[in-house]
Amino acid sequence: MEIGLTHYLTVAAILFAIGIFGIFLNRKNVIIILMSIELMLLAVNINLVAFSTHLHDLVGQIFALLVLTVAAGEAAIGLAILVTYYRNRGSIAVEDINLMKG
Amino acid sequence: MAVASIFFYLFSAILLAAAFMVIASRNPVHSVLFLILAFFNSAGLFILVGAEFLAMILVVVYVGAVAVLFLFVVMMLDVDFTELREGMLQYLPIGGAIGIILLIELIMVVGAWTLAPESLAAVAEKAPAPGDLSNTEAIGQLLYTKYIYLFQASGLVLLVAMVGAIVLTLRHKEGVKRQNVMAQNARTPETAVEVRKVKSGQGI
Repeated sequence: MEIGLTHYLTVAAILFAIGIFGIFLNRKNVIIILMSIELMLLAVNINLVAFSTHLHDLVGQIFALLVLTVAAGEAAIGLAILVTYYRNRGSIAVEDINLMKG
Repeated sequence: MAVASIFFYLFSAILLAAAFMVIASRNPVHSVLFLILAFFNSAGLFILVGAEFLAMILVVVYVGAVAVLFLFVVMMLDVDFTELREGMLQYLPIGGAIGIILLIELIMVVGAWTLAPESLAAVAEKAPAPGDLSNTEAIGQLLYTKYIYLFQASGLVLLVAMVGAIVLTLRHKEGVKRQNVMAQNARTPETAVEVRKVKSGQGI
């Protein structure tokens, strides 16, 4: 069977759903939540690249490149916040993050 | 084309299995390693679809930088991760329900999706014909000309992220001895050396 656009979109949809599921499943562990966000961004990238090659339009790949950049920055900042938080509180559980009483 | 199909199914099966293990494994170090496996397999998918440059960037950026950063943080934090997993089963039904509903919705959208005929005319940048230009060259010719400002902006985003990460994690400790080069260079023999007469057989 010929592999078309729909196959790639289905894989990306399943990957995105796994990412959402991961956020719900590991609600206490910030590190796994960050990894789930990375998985969801990867699913978005697969979508962009699949559409880009299907339509023979290179702009999708350039956009995927920018998404990759932002994802890298987000991971770096997120982990830095996590490290600072751990130094101050000695814990990374999500329910302990309540200093601002929001 | 049969080989391409086999590789597509292979890569996507490993990708989805690894992604599931990322969220389900007990040890976060294993999670990070499965994340690396997932990124490698999605790079394989990108190569299959013809985006070699993005595949290599994915391997370099994600596997080389982001995943190692995750691994470093997981190993640096001394956290009891089994404690964090308590109550996981409590969230399993609602999480599973939301995930499955979202998945069904997305697959319904994907299944009923068709390409409008006029959308092909609206293509902004035609990809080069195979054999004409490689994918990397085509992206370079586009990224460094028409999208140069976006490229610069993404560099700025990375710079801000780097500065932010350093500002957040750098801390000055009291009582750490550091080399002061200026003070060293400013010393002269008059201030540094003291000559004393010592009588033989006695000490100072």
